[in-house]
Amino acid sequence: MGPKIDFTLNSRPVSLETDPLRRLLDVLREDFELTGPKEGCGEGECGACSILLNGRLINSCLTPVGTVAGQEITTIEGFRLTERFKVLDKAFADAGAVQCGYCTPGMVMAAEALLRKNSKPSEMAIREAISGNLCRCTGYGMIVEAIQLAAERGEGLW
Amino acid sequence: MVKSLTPKTLPEALEFRKHQRLIPLAGGTDLMVRKRSWAGTLPKFEYPALFIGGLAELKGINVKDGILTIGAAATLASILEHPAVPDIVKQAISIMASPAIRNAGTLAGNICNASPAADTLPPLYVLGTVLILQSTAAQRELPIAEFIKGPGQTNLQTDELLVAVQIPIQSYDVSFYKKVAARKADALSKVSFAGLAKVSGDMVTDLRMAIGAVAPRVVRSKEAEQLLKGRKIRDLAGLIPELKKIYDPLIRPIDDQRSDAVYRSQVAHRLIEYYIMQCASATAHAK
Repeated sequence: MGPKIDFTLNSRPVSLETDPLRRLLDVLREDFELTGPKEGCGEGECGACSILLNGRLINSCLTPVGTVAGQEITTIEGFRLTERFKVLDKAFADAGAVQCGYCTPGMVMAAEALLRKNSKPSEMAIREAISGNLCRCTGYGMIVEAIQLAAERGEGLW
Repeated sequence: MVKSLTPKTLPEALEFRKHQRLIPLAGGTDLMVRKRSWAGTLPKFEYPALFIGGLAELKGINVKDGILTIGAAATLASILEHPAVPDIVKQAISIMASPAIRNAGTLAGNICNASPAADTLPPLYVLGTVLILQSTAAQRELPIAEFIKGPGQTNLQTDELLVAVQIPIQSYDVSFYKKVAARKADALSKVSFAGLAKVSGDMVTDLRMAIGAVAPRVVRSKEAEQLLKGRKIRDLAGLIPELKKIYDPLIRPIDDQRSDAVYRSQVAHRLIEYYIMQCASATAHAK
């Protein structure tokens, strides 16, 4: 075991004793059974492990859990309880932006991180915002459409 | 098990640093890749990590007396959002890695990793960047070119931390940055180039250029820059063959998985030429 690390996970205070160098991704999946964040590449290239740290997108596979002490972490499991998630969820479904689904939690978190900063993003801004998230099924077009659709339908939510 | 440390203040961090060998870690976006092990297992750090990313003293970005100071824990994203940061640095950061990595990674980390392909180094070289290194005993300043010794090698002592990056704020008439890579996001440079120049009337009063990923360290030639300073802009194009001779022995890239030496060398020479031609068509900004 290791020192005690406290942080806020999906709006709930949590505490665990573990090695501070453990990857946040492993802590989320193994200790908290939050399997929305996924391991694709394990080196920050694919974005399947994307989560929010204090509202900003990060790769949980590159984050030692010790560095999030006192911070606020949101995974797709926490985000899915919001109205904004419902809008994104439906938009992704309607646009056909989900095929195998492996990249989807990361894509949705990247979309949320974008819309928080820019509620009416251009296509370029959307492509830039998901530039660290790989999808090998859709070719991205449908994901971009889904985020555009969510921005339109969710007007006022972001 | 190695015992990582989370200091609450900078003095505490320096005190830890004085007493044992530690690996300073701010965002972790490079270290966690370099030290990674099998999925689900601990990354392999030779020494305990010193988490400095949360230190409030190191997060600031401010301008005083014409010097921009960027704290070592300021994230790349926060640097990108700051109005006083020179365009050439923002250009490099805006196409560096991905949004998620820029939210965690730091400029100081990019410098300390000292990769020959580090995206921010060529801009920092041409801007005349100075690094502030601190230990419990002393603080010293080092120009960036003297800080970096070779791939992964720096002059940071084991009891020191890089605490701030200082950039003199000046206005330039030409600012040119180019990264050549396989794609825009999440790609490492094959070659990168940064150039700045000042023009007064029809004369080049200052001209600087730095080339990344073509040698163990960023290439910047004082000899070449001296040759060009004080020239009429119409004479610049004629000096390209002479410039080529100066840069030829300095540009000695390697073959690796990203590119090969022949390509890198040719692109580097073309970028020099392109930049000189840009300077040749430059006009001084209204002062």
